[in-house]
Amino acid sequence: MAYRHTLRGTVYHFPTLRELLAVATPLRSGDQLAGIAAPTNTARVAAQLALADVPLRRFLTETVIPYEVDDITRLIIDTHDNAAFAPIAHLTVGGFRDWLLATNEDLRTLRSGLTPEMVAAVSKIMRLQDLMSVAARCQVTSAFRNTIGLPGRLSVRLQPNHPTDDLQGIAASTLDGLLLGAGDAVIGVNPATDSPTQTHRLLDMLATVIERYEIPTQSCILAHVTTTLRCIEAGAPVDLVFQSIGGTQATNESFGITLALLAEAQDAALSLNRGTIGRNVMYFETGQGSALSANAHHGVDQQTIEARAYAVARAFPPLLVNSVVGFIGPEYLANGKQITRAGLEDHFCAKLLGLPMGVDVCYTNHADADQDDMDALLTLLGVAGCTYIMGVPGADDVMLSYQSTSFHDALYLRAALRLRPAPEFEAWLDRMNLTGRMSDHLPPNLAPDVIGLT
Amino acid sequence: MTVPRVWTDLRRFTPARVGLGRVGNAQPTAAHLAFAADHAAARDAVWKELDAKALEQALAQPVTVVASAAPNRETYLLRPDLGRTLAPGTQLSPAIGCLAIMIADGLSATAAQNHAAPLIAALALPAQVVIATQARVALGDQVGFALQAEAVLVLIGERPGLSSSDSLGAYLTWRPRPGLTDAARNCVSNIRPNGLPIPEAARKLRWLIAESRRLRLTGVELKDNESAYDKSISVD
Repeated sequence: MAYRHTLRGTVYHFPTLRELLAVATPLRSGDQLAGIAAPTNTARVAAQLALADVPLRRFLTETVIPYEVDDITRLIIDTHDNAAFAPIAHLTVGGFRDWLLATNEDLRTLRSGLTPEMVAAVSKIMRLQDLMSVAARCQVTSAFRNTIGLPGRLSVRLQPNHPTDDLQGIAASTLDGLLLGAGDAVIGVNPATDSPTQTHRLLDMLATVIERYEIPTQSCILAHVTTTLRCIEAGAPVDLVFQSIGGTQATNESFGITLALLAEAQDAALSLNRGTIGRNVMYFETGQGSALSANAHHGVDQQTIEARAYAVARAFPPLLVNSVVGFIGPEYLANGKQITRAGLEDHFCAKLLGLPMGVDVCYTNHADADQDDMDALLTLLGVAGCTYIMGVPGADDVMLSYQSTSFHDALYLRAALRLRPAPEFEAWLDRMNLTGRMSDHLPPNLAPDVIGLT
Repeated sequence: MTVPRVWTDLRRFTPARVGLGRVGNAQPTAAHLAFAADHAAARDAVWKELDAKALEQALAQPVTVVASAAPNRETYLLRPDLGRTLAPGTQLSPAIGCLAIMIADGLSATAAQNHAAPLIAALALPAQVVIATQARVALGDQVGFALQAEAVLVLIGERPGLSSSDSLGAYLTWRPRPGLTDAARNCVSNIRPNGLPIPEAARKLRWLIAESRRLRLTGVELKDNESAYDKSISVD
């Protein structure tokens, strides 16, 4: 159905909910590239006013991508829980914003009653402080060998990438991160070469590091899900299955995945039974713009599609999910301002939908952003209760050629906001005597030669 | 401040910024400013304009200079579609069946400025050379199509990283025409003195060009049976 709003004497028409959502989206280059962004600032606010009046129920009958052509739309509609939706079923999008900001109710019971499009819609009429204060009230925990997402905790993915997957190089970056308190979310390597042989070698190496140093954490090689499946068949020590996911069926096809393939991989990882305290075995990455990049966006704005990717993620209760927010480049998120807003939107939407959401606070050298922008987003995410961030040596990923957050950045954030690592990992840091300042001696248990650094 | 030796020792194993030490929770001044210098160099490389005249002089043969439909650097960065399209009214005279070489600024004019002419000299193959500004890889499809070229080799500045702001990428496309995707190309990346040196890059490219002529194709079906290339960063 059509939507309209009159603002200052001009009548604005929006033929569909899909177009209304796109025009209501705060400015970003990807929607401009797609030709679906608001033509003027006033048109954008007119769309936001019209969107605020849309009943949440409408999202259950008017889909942004037809049910018949897209398996994510089918997943969203078929798994919607009307009982969970009941407390907010009478609200409009604007009323939902007010309700979220005023309520003291436990937001967990809402999750299965919310669709990604409802959550994306309300985020479009929220300021950054709204996105942060509501997200901070969403508690999402997950577990494998430690507990991720408890209140007052901030975890770090240790990301020890190396340009040629050199085992000693990866081990050296891993030890560097451990000495600076990183690694409780996961020790996760992006392989330079996505092959079963290479991935198996890296899995063996990280399993050895975790075993010899007796670290209560998990490893992951961020290879394609089919590569990880082959490694599981070959007997490799796979803790977590990684996959990049998107919010449309066609995006996922461009990634070479289906929902059935993800289910098969989850079953395979669960069959290994390698978790000690929990059974969350999936790790997903997302990011605004991937659907447009794959020409698979159906005219839907990039933030709404990003939220739809979270419907995929929550179908396979993951240990970790993060948006790689600034990685995609300036044609999707042009500058620090756009990256900042997108990072907080992604975190908010995922948390409200019940995901253990972290953010790769990052940028590329052709985006108009720098370390100051990253410090600001990092700090805002800390206030918002972000589950984890990345830890890269010196913030410089020498394999992927982009800048993320450093081990030092994580130390800063934990100290500034009095956040602590995951409890099991914190106890390990205490045992290793790593909670204080760096001394001239490494703990004997963490000698480099124990992990092959000689 | 002094960083413990056991820690700085980790630098032996990786080019990553390990063993930086710490001041409170922060990086020491030297590490912080070294990072700033690398980022500044990368940013400057992205925004630098290609000096087509100087490049023309460095080449030992006549060249044609064209521009994409992106009118300036800012538009180029935000509108990749315009960087893949020739500026309206561009004229190129056909050279039927030729090898076309398109030198493109891409995301690092520095790379194209410094490494393209020596690489073309090392290739030592007859070719029609075109210099293209504000250009993406796929602009080569339009250039090659207009020239009615047998194949197009695009030499393009890659997205600068902190450790290198002058990497050149080379993309070979058989029977170039509008509408192709990256699956139709073969790529040699990280061409620079401290990466893949020019003589080695020229050898790989001569092999790829010869194979594409033999098989009359490029892309995934033209397997690289030489040693694995470095993972490329797509710049299209």
